[in-house]
Amino acid sequence: MQTEKVITAKNLSKKFGHFVAVDHISFEVNKGEIFGFLGANGAGKTTAMRMLCGLSMPSSGEATVAGFDVYKQTEQIKKNIGYMSQRFSLYEDLTIGENIRFYAGIYGLTDKQIREKSDSLLKELNMQEHKKTLVRELPLGWKQKLAFSIAIVHDPAIVFLDEPTGGVDPITRREFWNLIYEASSNGITVFVTTHYMDEAEYCHRVSIMVDGRIDALGAPASLKKDHAAKTMDEVFLQLARKAVRSE
Amino acid sequence: MKQFLIFVKKEWLHIWRDSRTLFILVWMPIVQIVLYGFALTNEVKNSTIAIFDQSKDAATTAISNEISASRYFKLVKNVHSYKEIEATFKQGKIRMAIVFPNNFSNDLLHSNHAQVQLIADASDPNTANTLTNYASSIISDYQQRLNNEQQLPYAINTQLRMLYNPELKGAYNFVPGVMALVLMLVCAMMTSIAIVKEKEMGTMEVILVSPLKPFLIIIAKTIPYLLVSVLNIASILLLSVYVLGVPITGNLWLLIWESILFTVTSLSVGILISNSAKTQQVAMFTSLMSLFLPTLLFSGFLFPVENMPLPLQVISNIVPAKWYYIIVKAVMIKGLGFSYVWKETLVLVGMTLLLLIISIRKFKTRLA
Repeated sequence: MQTEKVITAKNLSKKFGHFVAVDHISFEVNKGEIFGFLGANGAGKTTAMRMLCGLSMPSSGEATVAGFDVYKQTEQIKKNIGYMSQRFSLYEDLTIGENIRFYAGIYGLTDKQIREKSDSLLKELNMQEHKKTLVRELPLGWKQKLAFSIAIVHDPAIVFLDEPTGGVDPITRREFWNLIYEASSNGITVFVTTHYMDEAEYCHRVSIMVDGRIDALGAPASLKKDHAAKTMDEVFLQLARKAVRSE
Repeated sequence: MKQFLIFVKKEWLHIWRDSRTLFILVWMPIVQIVLYGFALTNEVKNSTIAIFDQSKDAATTAISNEISASRYFKLVKNVHSYKEIEATFKQGKIRMAIVFPNNFSNDLLHSNHAQVQLIADASDPNTANTLTNYASSIISDYQQRLNNEQQLPYAINTQLRMLYNPELKGAYNFVPGVMALVLMLVCAMMTSIAIVKEKEMGTMEVILVSPLKPFLIIIAKTIPYLLVSVLNIASILLLSVYVLGVPITGNLWLLIWESILFTVTSLSVGILISNSAKTQQVAMFTSLMSLFLPTLLFSGFLFPVENMPLPLQVISNIVPAKWYYIIVKAVMIKGLGFSYVWKETLVLVGMTLLLLIISIRKFKTRLA
């Protein structure tokens, strides 16, 4: 089971004119793994992620997501992934229940499935009484947890999280990561970009992007050993200092 | 299909929750029709006038009575000198003065040539024009009757007949104009804001990652506004028929189909704007500047396009509202059939296709 690959990328590149945003990156992600995708702002994380999500065509290289090709099978890829953007992606003027209904609905869940899913989801988040509350009225931490749960409401093979915990207090971040662990133990692969190096420690494996390349890849413990560093923070700083590209 | 309907339903909820916007969308056409129909009309009713009658004979009395009895004028003052006329004008009490010279009746009967002077407040040139026209026609009416009585052999009668709008009602002009304006605003502005809002909130990204086709997303977002527009068309037509008394002389279905065509044109303009706008404010201002003003100025409903300098006339051709305005006037007011408006219809269809192709292509490249 652990060796089943859900994401493979080989020499994947994206050019915008002369600017090489992503420069021949290669990596593999195992099923059920929590894969941290680190890098400074402008390192090319978002571009790489957009290519994997089928939002953006690669310039060259190969990649498969959930077994589908990113060039030809973007439709199938889209059915098998969940996505949560850095700006939480819920509709503020809809209630919690309506948001769940909408996102479950556009992934083609049946009415019965939607009902069951929203009941179990609300129970897990302890929000049963707030089904009819507008999302606008929720605290930020709640919104983020809700957004994550909704991103996996259709049981995707992989969920992509783009800096999901920006601006959230440490306690809520901890709770958020508990949700991620739970999803991972249910077999959902988690592909997460983050700025917080303490979060990098929570990942099974991380990659660090510098100037569009992947400069380091491995389990946090082995990366720290390789770079003779005590924390992921130090590893990151060592690599990021080499960056030529600025924001 | 089911996903599509869920999307449309969500879009409805957005409109429904934002009750203030909904209120504006539904009431704006009604308020505009009432405003334009009653307040901003070109019609002249009960305009205040003064009469300076130096002759005070049978003919001047008869003309004065006729003028003050007409529904266009209201005699507020009999003055006794030119100075007084000027003073009254300056006080703003009158919009026109009528001056009969000495021996008016005498001149009229014996030399068959009498003069009357109309002095109008031309600071508002349109009204001044209309007023003097009305007054002249009342006076020439009187003269004709006099001629008939005397049976002069070679009297020439000029008879004016106002086609399609015999009472020269302003509403005949404004109803088609307001329809164009409202549809442009509701469809183009509201859709562009709705799409840009999703971009701004970050929800657009998430929807694009979903299996929904981008094209369907756009269509789903426009459907609710299309429905609101149909509601607006209905309320405008009902108001114009039952309140303003402007009948629909042509084929109602033709009118409705042409309106739906124009709605689609406006929606594609909205999608185009949403492609380039990054924030809701930008979308709103772009819509106002590129739609509201040109529609108001170039559609021909406030200012006749034929009177504009040539470059402006050329520009007016790219304003979709101009063509729709021509069509609505032809079908609704003149009662003409499709064979008279097919050219304008073709122009609108062409514009719509072009806009749709550009905006969908732009929408796609944004994703790549």
